[in-house]
Amino acid sequence: MAHSNKYVEKEFEVVGTRFRRPDGIDKVTGRARYGADASAPGALVGRVLRSPHPHAEILKIDVKKAEKLDGVKAIVTCDDLPDQTNGDAGLAAILENCMARGRALYDGHAVAAVAAVDEQTARKALSLIVVKYKKLPHVTDVDEAMDPKAVVIHKNVFTRGVEPKPTKSSNVAARTQMGHGDIEEGFAEADFIVEKSYKTEQTHQGYIEPHACLASVSPDGTGELWVTTQGHFVFRNVCASLLGMDVAKLKVTSSEIGGGFGGKTHVWAEPIALALSRKANRPVKLVMSREEVFRASGPTSSTSIDVKLGAKKNGEITAGQVELRYQGGAFPGTWAMLGCMTAFACYDIKNQQSVGYDVIVNRPKVAAYRAPSAPMAAFAVESTLELLADEIGMSGIDLRLKNVAREGAKAPYGPIYGPIGIEAALKAVKDHPHMKAKLKKNQGRGIACGFWFNIGGQTCTDINIGVDGTVNLTLGTVDVGGSRASMSMIAAEELGIPYEQVKANIADTGSLGHNDMTEGSRGTFSSGMATIFAAREAIGVLKQRAAAMWGIPFEDVAWEKGQAVAIGKTHNNLPPLSLQEIAAKSGRTGGPIAGHNEVVADGAGMGFAAHICDVEVDKETGRSSIARYTVVQDAGKAIHPDYVEGQFQGGATQGIGWALNEEYIYGDDGRLQNAGFLDYRIPVCSDLPFIDTKILEIPNPNHPYGVRGVGETSIVPPLAAVGNAIANATGVRMTHAPMSPPRVLKALDAAS
Amino acid sequence: MSKSTLVSTSVNGDVVDFACPADETLMNSLRDRVGLTGVKEGCGTGDCGACSVTLDGRLVCSCLVLSVEADGKEVGTVEGLADGDKLHPLQEKFIDHAALQCGICTPGFLVAADALLKKNSNPTEEEIRYALAGNLCRCTGYDKIVRAVQAAAKDIRKAK
Repeated sequence: MAHSNKYVEKEFEVVGTRFRRPDGIDKVTGRARYGADASAPGALVGRVLRSPHPHAEILKIDVKKAEKLDGVKAIVTCDDLPDQTNGDAGLAAILENCMARGRALYDGHAVAAVAAVDEQTARKALSLIVVKYKKLPHVTDVDEAMDPKAVVIHKNVFTRGVEPKPTKSSNVAARTQMGHGDIEEGFAEADFIVEKSYKTEQTHQGYIEPHACLASVSPDGTGELWVTTQGHFVFRNVCASLLGMDVAKLKVTSSEIGGGFGGKTHVWAEPIALALSRKANRPVKLVMSREEVFRASGPTSSTSIDVKLGAKKNGEITAGQVELRYQGGAFPGTWAMLGCMTAFACYDIKNQQSVGYDVIVNRPKVAAYRAPSAPMAAFAVESTLELLADEIGMSGIDLRLKNVAREGAKAPYGPIYGPIGIEAALKAVKDHPHMKAKLKKNQGRGIACGFWFNIGGQTCTDINIGVDGTVNLTLGTVDVGGSRASMSMIAAEELGIPYEQVKANIADTGSLGHNDMTEGSRGTFSSGMATIFAAREAIGVLKQRAAAMWGIPFEDVAWEKGQAVAIGKTHNNLPPLSLQEIAAKSGRTGGPIAGHNEVVADGAGMGFAAHICDVEVDKETGRSSIARYTVVQDAGKAIHPDYVEGQFQGGATQGIGWALNEEYIYGDDGRLQNAGFLDYRIPVCSDLPFIDTKILEIPNPNHPYGVRGVGETSIVPPLAAVGNAIANATGVRMTHAPMSPPRVLKALDAAS
Repeated sequence: MSKSTLVSTSVNGDVVDFACPADETLMNSLRDRVGLTGVKEGCGTGDCGACSVTLDGRLVCSCLVLSVEADGKEVGTVEGLADGDKLHPLQEKFIDHAALQCGICTPGFLVAADALLKKNSNPTEEEIRYALAGNLCRCTGYDKIVRAVQAAAKDIRKAK
C-alpha cells in the first residue's frame, strides 16, 4: 500500500514530549555493549602494522619471524585481500585504504596485520614484521599539492570536470562548478566589493569510542561481524564485496555506537579483521588505539578558500564568488562539491558562482564529518559577510536579513527552496535577549548562519504486535543519539498507545531489509517516515481483525486512540476493541499482526541555523573563551526535544572546538604530530558555558509529521560565529582556523 | 607468553582475584578478566576519562594504573553505583536530563561525578565543570551533563 509522505497538521499526544530513552538504564549501569565489549569463545586479538612514512614504496614485507612466534595464528597483507572490486574505483580506494597495496600513502596507512592469542603476543608479532620501504616525496598541504611542481600521488588521476580532459595527471581529482546568473554583471552593479582568503585546518570527528569489531568467518564462506558503525547494512555490502563473500552470508550486528559524526560511515579495519578471522579460522577482535584512530581514520578536509562578495549601498548582494580547495587525503573525494553546494545556500544571491577543487595529499582518507565540508565554506562566507557589512555600514544581521533565502529562491545547486527556516532563525536571533545583553571588557559578539541539505534514502522497518498488545518496533537505522526513543514515540503516536507499550530494537542484517546509514541527518526523517508507514500498515491489519471479530465490513471500522471502533449507526452497540483485545485473539483471526514498510524516503527538509556567540579574548595569551552561546535552528518538528537540543548543543561544541583549538599538525616529515587527545584538544567541560537553544518548527512538507533532519547543521555556523566575535572583541579579523592562542596572539601583534 | 601475577582486589564490594601479566593495565583486567565492560577505553593515555574508576575511593584513570597496583585495594566502577535495583541519583538524573547521547563516556562521567559529590554535595556550576574536565564527551556539549549533576546533587542533599 502506498502511503503519502505529505505533511498533515495534527495535534500530537506523544510526539514533542520528553520521555526517558529505552536504552538509558543500560547506558548508566555499564551494561550497554559497544564495539569493544563483545567477546567470543577462542577469540584472537588483531593488531595492525602501520606505515611510519607519509609516502613510500613498499619493497618487501617479511613476516617469517612473526609467523614463528608462539601464539601468532594469522598474518595478513594486501595479498590476503585480492582486488575483487571489478573496476569500481570507489570500492578500490576503500580496499587500498584498508591495506596498502605496494605503496604507503600516508603516515598510519595499514601495511600488515596479525591475529594472536593475546594483546602482548600480537604487539610482539608486529615488531617482528620487517617492512622494507623506499621513501618517496610527499605533500600534505592542500595548496602545495595543487602546485604543478608538487609530487603527483596517483599517476592515474586526471582532473574530472575539466574539458578537454587533461593529458597530465595531477593531485586535483575533480573540479566542480555551480551557481547561476552572471557574476561579472553582478560585480559591475556593486557599490562595494570585498575579497578575502581563508584557511581551515584538518579536524577529526573525535568520537570517544575507537573503531572496534569482532569478526568471525567460517571456511564455508559464512561470517558474522559485530561492529560499531553508523550503518551495518552498508558495512555488510562493502565488506562482503572486498572479501568476496555473499552479502546474505555475512551477518553484521551493530553494537551500541560510541559516537560517529560521519567517521563511522566508512570501513577501516573491519575488512582486515574479517580477513584475519578467515585465515585463522577463529574469531578476531580488533580494536583501534586512539593513535590509530587519529592517524588512520576519519578526519575531515583541511581547506583553502577565496571569497568575493559585491553589494549595493542598500545592502543587496549583487554577486558572490567562492573558490574552495579541499584536500580529501590520499584518495579522490567529493568534498569540495559539498562546499560548493552549501557556501551561499543561506542567501538569495542572483549572480553566484562556486568553484571547488578536490585535492589529493599524503594524509588519511577523508571521511564525512557532520555536515561535511559546510563549516569551512561557512567560515569563509560568513566572515566575509561581516567585512561587507562593515564596508556598507550596516549590521551583520540586517545585511543577512536583506539577502536571506526564502521560499522560491534558487539553491546554489539548482533546486527551488520550499518553506525554509533561515529568515525565521535570523529574526529569532535578532529578537533574542542574548543580542541585547551587555558585553564585558575584552568580549565581542558574533553571529553566523549555517545550512545543510539533509538526505533521505533507503529504509526498512517492521512493527510486530505481541499477544499482550505490546509492540516490537524493529529498526535498521543505527541509533547514534537517542533515536530508539523518538522512533518509539512515533510508533506510539500512530498506534494511539502509550510510549511504554513500544519496544524498539535495532535489527542485525539477517533480520531486516537494507537500511542506509544513519548519516546526512536522515535517521529521524527516514526511519520516522518508515515507522509511520509501518504503523499504518499494522493499523490496517488491526482493523481487519476487528471487523472479523465483530462480523462487520472493514469499511465500518476506524482506529481511534489505540482501539478499533465501529462506525455507522447500525453498529452503535459494539463497544470498542483495544489493541490488546485484538492481539489476544490474533491466533484465531489470521495469525500474527504486523506492519512492514520499505521506502526510499524522499524530500528531506533542508536545515538552517543561526548562532550567536560571545567570546572573551585574553590579549596577553591570545586565548579565547566562550562567554555565552545560543543556537537557533529549524527542526521541522522536534520529535523528542531533549535530543534535538542535544544535537544543537553537541554540534555547536564541535564547531567551537574546531574554531578555537582542534587541528591536525603535520611536521615537515609528513608525520602527524598530535595523534592523541592531549595534543589534539577537544572542548572540555570547563571550557564552556551552558549552550542555549531555540527550536523552530517550520514543517517539512515532505514528511507526515513535518520532520527535518537536525543532526548536522549545528556544526556549520560556529567557526564564523567565533571568528566574528573575536573580530568584534579585538578589531582583528582571523582568517585561519582554528583561531588558537598562538594564531590570535600573532594576529594581535601584527595589528598593533 | 607473558608470565602472570596474582592480584587480589575488592571490586564494587566483591572479592575478586585474577592473574595477569605485570604490565597489564587495570582497565584491561577489569574489562577482559573481571568482565566489567562498563569501564570504557577511549584513549588509553589518561586523556579522556572514559575508564574512570575509584581506587580506595580516589578517582583514577584505570588505563594509567597497573593491575598489580590494585592488589589489596578496593576498586569501584560504574557497575557498583546502583544499589540493587535502585539507581543512584546521578544515574536517574542522567536519564531524566538526556545527559547522554551515545553513552560511551557516561560510565566515566558517573564515576567522576560521584567522586565529586562524595566530597562536595553542593558544588557550584564552575566546580562541577572543573571536576569533570578530565572526562571528554563529544556528543552533548556538556550542557545536560552539568544540569544532571546539579539535579542529582540536589536530590542527594535532600535525602541527607
